[in-house]
Amino acid sequence: MASYSTNEFKSGLKFMLDGDPCSIIENEFVKPGKGQAFNRVKFRNLKTGRVNERTFKSGDTVEGADVIEIDLEYSYNDSEFWYFMDPTTFEQYAADANAIAESKDWLKEQYTYTVTLWNGSPLLVFPPNFVNLAVVETDPGVRGDTSSGGGKPATLETGAVVRVPLFIEIGEVLKVDTRTSSYVERAKD
Amino acid sequence: MTTQQDWQPTASIDTLKRRAQLLADVRRFFAERDVLEVETPVLSQAAPTATYLDSFRTDYQPPGSKAVSCYLQTSPEFPMKRLLAAGSGDIYQIAKVFRNGECGRLHNPEFTMLEWYRPALDYSALMQEVDDLLQRVAATPAAIRISYHQAFQQYLDLDIEQVDVQILKRAALSLISGLPDDWQTDYDGWLEMLMSEVIEPQLSQLNKPVMVYDFPASQAQLAKIHHNADGIAVAARFEVYAGGLELANGYDECLDAAELRIRFEADNQRRKQQGKPAMPIDTRLLAAMEKGLPPCTGVALGLDRLMLLLADKTALDAVLSFGFDRS
Repeated sequence: MASYSTNEFKSGLKFMLDGDPCSIIENEFVKPGKGQAFNRVKFRNLKTGRVNERTFKSGDTVEGADVIEIDLEYSYNDSEFWYFMDPTTFEQYAADANAIAESKDWLKEQYTYTVTLWNGSPLLVFPPNFVNLAVVETDPGVRGDTSSGGGKPATLETGAVVRVPLFIEIGEVLKVDTRTSSYVERAKD
Repeated sequence: MTTQQDWQPTASIDTLKRRAQLLADVRRFFAERDVLEVETPVLSQAAPTATYLDSFRTDYQPPGSKAVSCYLQTSPEFPMKRLLAAGSGDIYQIAKVFRNGECGRLHNPEFTMLEWYRPALDYSALMQEVDDLLQRVAATPAAIRISYHQAFQQYLDLDIEQVDVQILKRAALSLISGLPDDWQTDYDGWLEMLMSEVIEPQLSQLNKPVMVYDFPASQAQLAKIHHNADGIAVAARFEVYAGGLELANGYDECLDAAELRIRFEADNQRRKQQGKPAMPIDTRLLAAMEKGLPPCTGVALGLDRLMLLLADKTALDAVLSFGFDRS
């Protein structure tokens, strides 16, 4: 893998830090007074998902991380792994529980997920911003109430629970924002 | 057909108009104070020696003979001091300056420096003049002043006369997130780190320009060493911070050619230790100083950064017609 000097740092660069693959969010070149320059770097640890900061001396180098992002279709899961497939090559990838932690509530067959691969294995699976999911459980709908005031919990087919308006019935398909776990609207056909 | 899009300016035309206004305002300010505008060579056969200041080097190629190394100026300081020694009186310059390896949100390898020298003004009066200029051209509130020692006392509860490298290192590691435990630097390096990462962000909360004055003697650069009220030898150097930016650096100028030669040579030693080339010392500057530099104060102010404040932008590119990536 290539190595990168601080002058090549930019947001999105994938590099290794303390054994973990990381992605740069923000890189700031700092030169205090008449002193030695350094780079203040905000990055995401791609293994833990956590955001951290690290200061590098300008001119320091880091190892690049073999990390790519691809779009994969979710297929199925067994007791141990969640399986995703590349729709063009039909290659299959097995993601473990850590990798799907972010998207566990939003996994539906044939939907496309953005998967971060590290050395060819799924590291993190991100759901699309919006998914359409059917309601499997909720209190009976209240006819005539089309306002969004109040609301009630509804369990979706993936297991996620979101707050929905009172008029929503079991079996209806809803558009949900996965970033905020919130109801958007009834899905259009 | 692919159409290249990066020919476009990085600043808006409106910002460039505001920038032209700033240049006009600065020139009017100095004209009213009878300070003479000068121009000096951008290309020089000598270069500054400061350890963490890297000049661009190029070659002058006389036809048919050996090339001569030249350097782009990092500031117009040396030739301006030669003008002072020749009796110019108060002078200012708006100059393009160049610093190798410095590129980022707040750095462009080529930038515009406003630099001026005032034989008539002492150190405190020069700080006041910087404040007057900022109030006049950027409508800033009146600046406040705090000494380097006070700043460390007030924001870090550290008496920098009493602390050693270990204490500074411990403070830096506990207060600066992301600083690795094995970070290596010296006493001044730790002070600079604490100043830039801990104190400066708090100064910017004051919402007015702050002048930090009387730097440690070890960070004198080209400033005179004098004694503060507590009898401690400090550098007669000040830095101006505004809006989270380091805006200007001023000195009560060191007049002693022999002292400067010692500092330049020590700089070159440090450069060699760090694997950097020694720089050709400006012997014409030293000769001018031996003849006699009048007592004077001087300050350099980054005009692009001042423009950032005026235009309320966050990255230098937005106030430069073409940032380095599009130069």
